[in-house]
Amino acid sequence: MAKDGAGAAGGMTDAAARPPLVRFEAVTKRFGGVAAVNNLSLDIGAGEFFGLLGPSGCGKSTLLRMLAGFETPDEGRILLDGRDIAAMPPHLRPVNMMFQSYALFPHLTVAGNVAFGLKQEHLSRPEIERRVAEMLALVQLHDLGGRKPHQLSGGQRQRVALARALVKRPKVFLLDEPLAALDKKLRAETQFELMALQEKLGLSFIVVTHDQEEAMTMADRIGVMSQGRLAQVGTAAEIYEQPATRWVAEFIGDVNLLEGTVSEAAGEAVTVTTSAGTLRATSPGAVAPGQSVAVAIRPEKFHISAEQPAGEAGNGLAGEVTDVGYLGDMSLYKVKLDTGIVVKAASVNVTRLLQRPIGWNQRVWLTFAPDAAVVLTS
Amino acid sequence: MLRGFSRFNLASLALGLAFLYLPIVILVIYSFNDSKLVTVWGGWSLRWYRALLEDSAMLDAAWVSLRIALLSATAATILGTLAALALVRAGYFRGRLPFSAMIYAPLVLPEVIIGLSLLLLFVALNVDRGFWTTTLAHTTLTMCFVTVIVQSRLLSFDWSLEEAAMDLGCPPLRAFLAVTLPLILPAIVSGWMLAFTLSLDDFVIASFTTGPGATTLPIRIYSEVRLGVKPEINAICTIMIAVVALVVVIASLLAKRNAASRDQHALGAPM
Repeated sequence: MAKDGAGAAGGMTDAAARPPLVRFEAVTKRFGGVAAVNNLSLDIGAGEFFGLLGPSGCGKSTLLRMLAGFETPDEGRILLDGRDIAAMPPHLRPVNMMFQSYALFPHLTVAGNVAFGLKQEHLSRPEIERRVAEMLALVQLHDLGGRKPHQLSGGQRQRVALARALVKRPKVFLLDEPLAALDKKLRAETQFELMALQEKLGLSFIVVTHDQEEAMTMADRIGVMSQGRLAQVGTAAEIYEQPATRWVAEFIGDVNLLEGTVSEAAGEAVTVTTSAGTLRATSPGAVAPGQSVAVAIRPEKFHISAEQPAGEAGNGLAGEVTDVGYLGDMSLYKVKLDTGIVVKAASVNVTRLLQRPIGWNQRVWLTFAPDAAVVLTS
Repeated sequence: MLRGFSRFNLASLALGLAFLYLPIVILVIYSFNDSKLVTVWGGWSLRWYRALLEDSAMLDAAWVSLRIALLSATAATILGTLAALALVRAGYFRGRLPFSAMIYAPLVLPEVIIGLSLLLLFVALNVDRGFWTTTLAHTTLTMCFVTVIVQSRLLSFDWSLEEAAMDLGCPPLRAFLAVTLPLILPAIVSGWMLAFTLSLDDFVIASFTTGPGATTLPIRIYSEVRLGVKPEINAICTIMIAVVALVVVIASLLAKRNAASRDQHALGAPM
């Protein structure tokens, strides 16, 4: 899902070593009394591909627009390269944005759109022409410079919008739902194009999206936003495997949350008494016996079996299959445990069998290793 | 449903068109009448157009009307566009509803009332009535029409275009001039043309607000007709019809192109 391990890890240490390029310091923005962004602090490093992920209305676009200069924070500071940019109007900020609607100028040609920003810098004509041609070549639109935006396909328009912003050589490139308007197949291709482009230019990209797959594929780090606050910041793997809260666990992917109380805690190894039985799980933070927590288990972490497992090595839950969903690459099962709780389990279809060994109303056993389950305290 | 050119549809179309245009067609035909008597056909001729060229009073009135129409349409377009921008961009400010209601009032207010109130104002202010008072009055009358046209265009305007211009380095005013203005220009031009034609053929308001030395064409024609219809009047009216028709056709073509480009843009905009 995430970038190849070495690349992502390298990007991380680089970003951590350098001073942050963008810093939000306790930023609050209210619209009519409602805080769209609430006391939010965040550092984004130079050369980082940062994803802001959240449901609609969580304030992620407002955060982006404050960085672009279209909204001013009510409280807090926004620093760019160590400088407070609160008083700087949008046209003076070394930041460029790609709009969700692309906002291409319909009365200008493709080349005219790309040249627009350079003309504002009063560059010489040959210099503008050279940079426009260079940028159009980069996004593979060199032979479409004379077309008007309405003569282009959705994917081509998206690349014009990219070129128009990137030709300005911004310090930070902001993308507001960059792929929302593309169809699914094109979206997947464009994700990798954007990543390649970011690596090639070495710029900081901040992308706002509500699509978790998009964020997880592209971003070095992801900030998960909820109701104007950052619920968690981390790599895709951290957010998926070690969600900070119940909300993050449920927002990213599918999860089974089993509520219970801690009965035993020895370092990371924790035993929790839940309504589904006593489970052994892992806790990244310290918990004390008696504390009420949730055990989070991703569906694919279950091993589903039609036979009762021998021995008591891991956690075992017994139940009956109530629903099966065949997705081709994997199958999803809804299992009603003997304790009455319904959990979701998934298994990869490694064999090519038309008749699945596990079907409706079958008695199954779900097992999982203690380190596959995470204890959530909030 | 009767569709296409059935006999009934053709008949009703002909009747409707005749009802609307027969008087005008008769006027136009009789303007080319050779006879001195308005109601007697004496063969084709351009003699009344030639006579018109020598009628300096009529030409002066035409020149006054033209200047008033140009000036008031331009002023109304500037004011009306600004009002439309304020109404659309300011969002919901306190007093927005009364403000917009007041802008649209002249649209539905009887012209006699507008004319009379302006007359009272000018008298109260002790302003000599004439060219400038009529220009001012026409600006008042036509501004709201421009606002309606420009506002309807602005309501469908994608404001992220202007933001994009600022993002790319344009100060706000230049962003407006470089991006917003060219895109709403067809609406502004058709607003101007509507204002121009409204001013050109206004009789009621002008008769309240004008004074000696600034007789507009409609007023001149009216006063001439009171002394008996001269064939010359038919000629000048034909010219006026031609001018107004031309302007209206151009304005509607512009509006159509504007709508088409908006559709194209909407098609272009990702959904």
